[in-house]
Amino acid sequence: MDYSFALQQLVYGLTLGCLYGLLAIGYTMVYGVLRLINFAHGDLLMVSAYMAFFGIAIFGLPWPVSFIGSVLLTALLGILIDRGAYKPIRKSPRINALITAIGVSFLLENLGLVLIGGRPKSFPMPSLFSGSIVVGTINIPALSIWIFIITSVLLVLCVLVVKKTRIGIAMRALSRDMETVMLMGIDKDRVISFTFALGSSLAAAGGIMWCMKYPAVEPFMGVIPGLKAFVAAVLGGIGNITGAALGGLILGLAEVLIVAVEPDWSGYRDAIAFFLMIIILLTRPTGILGERLPD
Amino acid sequence: MLGPNRKFTEGLFKVTTHRDRTLTVFSVIILLAFLFYADRNFDSYTVRILENIAIFITLAVSYNLINGVMGQFSLAPNAFLAIGAYTSAIFTLSQEEKLRSFIIEPMLWPLSVISFPFAISLLLAGIATALVAVMMATPVFRVRGDYLAIVTLGFGEVIQVLANNFLSITNGSLGLKGLYPYTNLWWAWGVCIFTIFCTVRLINSSYGRAMKAVREDEIAAEAMGINALRIKTFAFAFSAFFQGVAGGLLAHLITTISPSLFTFMFTFNLLIIVVIGGLGSTTGSVIAAVLITWGNEALRVFEEPSNFFGFQYEGIPGMRMILFSVILILVMLFARTGIMGRSEFTWEGLLQWFRRKIPALKV
Amino acid sequence: MALLLDVRNLSVLFGGVLALNKLSLEIAGGEIIGLIGPNGAGKTTAFNVVTGRIKRSSGSIFFCGRDITGWSPSRIARNGIARTFQNIKLYEDLSVIENVMIAAHSSISYSFLEAILGLGRFSRDESRIRSKAFELLELMNLKELAAERASSLPYGSQRKLEIARALALEPKLLLLDEPVAGMNPTETREFADFILRLRDSLSIGIGLIDHDMSFVMGVCDRIRVIDHGVPIAWGIPTQVRNNKDVIAAYLGTDFGVVTGDHAAN
Repeated sequence: MDYSFALQQLVYGLTLGCLYGLLAIGYTMVYGVLRLINFAHGDLLMVSAYMAFFGIAIFGLPWPVSFIGSVLLTALLGILIDRGAYKPIRKSPRINALITAIGVSFLLENLGLVLIGGRPKSFPMPSLFSGSIVVGTINIPALSIWIFIITSVLLVLCVLVVKKTRIGIAMRALSRDMETVMLMGIDKDRVISFTFALGSSLAAAGGIMWCMKYPAVEPFMGVIPGLKAFVAAVLGGIGNITGAALGGLILGLAEVLIVAVEPDWSGYRDAIAFFLMIIILLTRPTGILGERLPD
Repeated sequence: MLGPNRKFTEGLFKVTTHRDRTLTVFSVIILLAFLFYADRNFDSYTVRILENIAIFITLAVSYNLINGVMGQFSLAPNAFLAIGAYTSAIFTLSQEEKLRSFIIEPMLWPLSVISFPFAISLLLAGIATALVAVMMATPVFRVRGDYLAIVTLGFGEVIQVLANNFLSITNGSLGLKGLYPYTNLWWAWGVCIFTIFCTVRLINSSYGRAMKAVREDEIAAEAMGINALRIKTFAFAFSAFFQGVAGGLLAHLITTISPSLFTFMFTFNLLIIVVIGGLGSTTGSVIAAVLITWGNEALRVFEEPSNFFGFQYEGIPGMRMILFSVILILVMLFARTGIMGRSEFTWEGLLQWFRRKIPALKV
Repeated sequence: MALLLDVRNLSVLFGGVLALNKLSLEIAGGEIIGLIGPNGAGKTTAFNVVTGRIKRSSGSIFFCGRDITGWSPSRIARNGIARTFQNIKLYEDLSVIENVMIAAHSSISYSFLEAILGLGRFSRDESRIRSKAFELLELMNLKELAAERASSLPYGSQRKLEIARALALEPKLLLLDEPVAGMNPTETREFADFILRLRDSLSIGIGLIDHDMSFVMGVCDRIRVIDHGVPIAWGIPTQVRNNKDVIAAYLGTDFGVVTGDHAAN
C-alpha cells in the first residue's frame, strides 16, 4: 500500500466517519438523558433525505431552503416522536420504551415504503458539492471537504450548547440524576424535547449529506447507518458528545481502511461494527471517553 | 405444616392435580385428532398455514421467555432462525445434493460428507443456536443488559453477511436448495407441544421464579443469592435452542434457504405476538401467535394486486407492517397488558368461568 | 459465640468524597449490633459494601473467617448474609409466597432438566421450599396474604415480607436497613420482641440500621455510631447514649433522639 493510496483511503474514511459521528451524537444524547436506545433515530436520516429530495425535485425549492427546511422538520419530527410515543411511558419499565421505539422505527420505514415506494430515488446533487480538488496524487471530493467542515462546525456548536447554555447544562444534569433535576425545578420535558430536537437535526444534517455521498434514497437506508452509529456512540462512551464523534470517526476509518488493506474482506464490511461492539463490551464497556454511568 | 394446610397450599399453586393432568392429556388428544383430520382433508394451503402457526407458536413461546419472563429485550429471533435453518439443512442434505449445489466453492470437509436424519439435525440446530446465544450474551450481560437489543439486532445483520461470505459452508447468496420437505403437520405441532411443555415446566420451577425475580428487581434478586448473569445467559440459551429448532423446521418447510430470507421482519412479527399476547404470559403468546399468523395471511390481500368489485387494486407492499407497527405502538401506550397480562391459562380458571356462565353445569 | 462478620478499616470513596472512613465492625452469632448515625452518615453504604453491592476502596471484610472482599452480591448472599432494603425492594408483580420461595433458589438440588421432566428431586425440593415459605409467612403473620401480589400489601406488611424473604435464605447474618421505619410505637415494640425471639431461636447475628433510638437502644447488644463516614463511638447502649461525640453529632438535628423518648413522637 503506497503513501498516496493510504491518504486517499484516509479521506474516504474520515468522510464516512463524520457521517457516523453526526448520527451517533443524537443516539448518545437521548441515551444519556433517557437511558433509551432510540431505534427510530437512524430512520430520521431517511426522513430528512426524503424531505430534502422532495423539496428540490418536487417543489422546485432552491437547495439551501430545502436543506434547512428538512433539518427543521426532522427536528420537529424528533420532538413529536418523543411526545407521542416515549413520553406517555416514561415511568414504565425500560423494555416497554424499547418496544415502542422499534414500533416507531418500523412505522417510519414502512410509511416510507407505502407513501413513496421501495425504488431508490437518485438525489440531485447541488453543483456546490460536486467536483473535487486534486492535491498531488490524492483526489479530494468537494463533498468530503464540506462534510468535514459542516460536521466540525456542528460538533463545536453542539458542545458549546451543552456546556454553556442553560438548557444544555440542564441536559447534562438530567443525564446524571433525574430526581435532582425535578427537585431543582427544571422543566424536564422541555429539556428532553430539546435533546430530541438537537439530536434529530444533527441526524438530518447527516442524512442529507449521506444521500449526496451515496445518492440513493430508499425507505430502509437508515437502518444500517443507525445501527453503526449506535456502536460508534458506545465506542466513544455513551452520553459523551465528543466521544460519539470520535467513535464515528474511528468506525468510519476502520471500515474503509480494513477493506483497503484486505480487499477480500469487503464482504464483511458491515460486520466490522458488530465485532467492534463486542470487543468494546469485553474490554472497556464505558467506551473511550466514557465515565462510569450510575445504573 | 403440610398436613392441615395442604388444601390451602394447593389452592394457591398450580399444583397439577390428577384432574388437570387428565384434561391436558385429553385436549392434546383432541388436537392430534384434529391434525389427523386436517392432514387428510384440508387443502395444502390451509395445511401450510397450520404448520406456520405451529412454528410461530414455538418461536413466540421461547421468545416470550427471554423478553417477557426474563424481561431482557432481545431482537435475536431472525438470527437464531437463520442459524437453526442453516445448521439443520447442512446436516440433512445428501452428499450428492451438496456436490451439486456448491458450485462456487466446494463444501468444507467433513460437512460435505456428513448426513444425519432429520430429528438429529434438528437437535444439532438447537444446540448450535444455544451455543451462539451463550457467546453473544456473555459480553452483553456482563455489562449492560439493555445493549442486548442492539447487539442482537446487529447480529441479525451480521448473520446475513456471514451467510453470504462463508461460501464453503453456506453456499453464499445462492443458498441451500433442494431440502427434503420433512416438516409436516406432525413435526411442526410435535415440536410446538414439546416447546410449550418444556417452557411451562421451566417457568413453574425455581429457575422460572429466579428469572422473574431478576426481571422484577435485579438488585434484590442478587441479594437473595441469585446469580443474575448466569440465569440470564441460561434463559437466553434455552430460548435460543427452541428458536434454532424452529429454524430447522422452517427450512424443511420452504425447502430453499438463502441469506436474505431471515430478515428483521420475523423478529418484528414475534415482537408483535408477545406484546399482544401479554409480555410474560405463555398462554398469551400461544393465542397471539395463532391470531397474528392467521391475520398476516388474511391481510395479504392488501399487498397483492386484486380486483374489488371491478376496481383494480394494485396492492401496496408495506401496508401490513404499517398496521402492525401502529398496533404495536398503541398496545404499548394504551393496553400494555395485552390479551393475558401476565396470567396463564389454568383448568381451574376455565372451569370456574364455566361455572359462572352456566350455573346449571356441575363441574 | 463465634465471630461472624469482621469488617476491618473499611473505606469507600465516592467521586472524591469519603463515604466511609476506616469503619471496623464485628458481629458475632446470637448478637444484635446497631449501626446508627445522622442522615448521610454512610450506614446504608456500609451495608452495601458488606453485601457486595458497592466496591470498597480499602479495608477488608471477613465472614465466618473467610475473606469475602470483592465477592459478588449473589455469592455473598449464598454464603449466608441476607439483607433488607431501606426503600423496600420486593418482587412487586409476584405473589407474596413466590417472593419468599425465590430466596430458596440457591438451596435447590435439581437441574433444569429434572424440573422439565418433573423427576423426584424436583417435587421433593419444591414441596420443601413451599412449606418452608409458608412457615416463614406464618412466623411473620402473613400467611393469609400468601396469594396476594406483593405490591398490593400495606407498607408494614411489605417490610415484614422482606424479612421473611431474607430468612428464607437461611442466613447466618441478617442485615436490616431501617426495619421499623413507618411503624407506630406498638408495632415497633412488637417488632423489637420479634427480633429478640428470632435471635434466640435461630442464634443468628443481626445488624440493623434505624433512626428510632428507643428501638435501637432496646434491642441492640452493642452499637456503632458513625458520622460523615467516620466511626465516632462503639459500645453498649448506655455507653453510647452518654458519649460526648455522639451527642455532638446529633446536636442540631434532634437531641431528643439520643435521650430515648423519640418513640412518643
